[in-house]
Amino acid sequence: MASNATEYIKHHLTFWNSSHEGGFWSLHVDTFSISLLLGFIFVGVFASVARNAKLENPGRLQLFVESLIEMVDTQVKEIFHAKSKVVAPLALTIFCWVFLMNAMDMLPVDLLPWVAGNIGAALGHDPHHVYLRVVPSADVNATFAMSLSVMLCIIGFSISAKGVGGWTKELFTAPFHAHNPVLALILAPVNFAFQMVELAAKPISLSLRLFGNMYAGELIFILIALLPWGAQWLLGAPWAIFHILVITLQAFVFMMLTIVYLSLAVEAH
Amino acid sequence: MEFNATLLGQAITFAILVWFTMKFVWPPLTNMMDERAKRIADGLAAAERGKQDLEAAEKRAGDELRKAKQQATEIVMAAEKRASQIVEEAKETARTEGARLVAEAKSDIDQEVLRAKETLREHVASLAVAGAEKILRHEIDKAKHAELLASIKAEF
Repeated sequence: MASNATEYIKHHLTFWNSSHEGGFWSLHVDTFSISLLLGFIFVGVFASVARNAKLENPGRLQLFVESLIEMVDTQVKEIFHAKSKVVAPLALTIFCWVFLMNAMDMLPVDLLPWVAGNIGAALGHDPHHVYLRVVPSADVNATFAMSLSVMLCIIGFSISAKGVGGWTKELFTAPFHAHNPVLALILAPVNFAFQMVELAAKPISLSLRLFGNMYAGELIFILIALLPWGAQWLLGAPWAIFHILVITLQAFVFMMLTIVYLSLAVEAH
Repeated sequence: MEFNATLLGQAITFAILVWFTMKFVWPPLTNMMDERAKRIADGLAAAERGKQDLEAAEKRAGDELRKAKQQATEIVMAAEKRASQIVEEAKETARTEGARLVAEAKSDIDQEVLRAKETLREHVASLAVAGAEKILRHEIDKAKHAELLASIKAEF
C-alpha cells in the first residue's frame, strides 16, 4: 500500500490531457467537459424554471431558485449601487457554477476515476493511464479563467463609467494626488505601479483562494482514501461535512468579491 | 500548475453561461418576482380598502336602522293619536246622533199627541153633536146648529 501510495496520489492529481506532451495548446478534457456539463446543468435547470415560472403556487424547485436569486439580488443591491444589467446575472452564474464545480468534491474520490478507468479498459487502454480529475475548480485554468474574465469586466466597467481618458488618468493620479505638476510627474510611475499591482492582485487572489481551498480539500480526500478502510469514515465523514461549508463559502466569497470589485471599479476613487 | 488552452475554453464557457443567464434566466425570474410582490401589495391594499368599505357600510347601516326606528316610533305615535281622535269623533257623532234621534222621537210623540188630541176633539164634537141631536132631534135647524157647533169646536 505505502509503496504505491505516491503513485495513487500522482494518478489522482494528473489531468486527462488532450495531448501526452502537454504544452499550451493542449486541453484538460476532464476540467473542460465536467465544468461544461455542470454549467449546462445550471443554466438548464434555471432556464426551465424561468420558462415554467408560476406567479401563483410556485413549486419547490421554483422557490429554491427564487431564493437563490433573491440572495444574489440582495447582495448586489447592497454593494453595487450603479445600474447594471450584467452584475447580478454574473454574480448568480459565478455562485452557482463555482458551487457545482466545488460540489464535485463530494463524490467519492475514486468513483468517477474508477468508472473512467473501466471504460478506458473496455476501449482497450491501460486503466493506469486513464486520468480523470473530477473537481474543475481544483484546476488553476478554471479558476483563472473566471478571475481573468472578472478582471476584464473590472476594466470594462471602469472605462464605461469614467471614459477611456478618465480611467487612464486615474491609473497615473491615484492613489497619490499632487497639485504640483513636477510632483505629479514623479508620482505618476509610482501610482501606475500601485494600480497595476492592485489590478493584478484581484484576479490572482480570487482564483488562488478558490484553487487552494479546493485543491487542499481534494488532496485530503485522497489521503483519507489511503487510510485503512475501517478508519476512513472516522476522518472522511467529518471532513466531508466540513467541506460542505467550504464549497458553499468559497462560491459565496468568489461571488461577493466579484461584486465588490465591480462596484469599486464603477465608483470614483 | 500548468496553464494551457483549458483556460481559454473555460473562459468561453463562462462567457456563454453569463450571457445565457443574463438573457434567459435573470430577467424573466426577477420580473416575475417583482410582479408577484406587486400583486401581493395590491391584494393587501384591496383588503385594507375592503375593510374600510365594510366599516363605512356598517356605519351607514346603523344610521339607517336608527332612522327607521325613529320613523317607526313617529308613525306609531301618529297612529295612536289618530286612533284616539277617531274614537273621540265617533263618540261625538254618536252623541249628536243620539240627541238627534231623541229630538226626532220627541217631535214624533208631540205630533202623535196632537193628532190624538185632534181625533179626540172630533170624536167629542161628534159625540156632543150626536147627543144634542138625540136631545133636540126634529126642532132644531141643522144648518144653524152646525154653525153653533163649529163655534163651540173652535173654542176647544
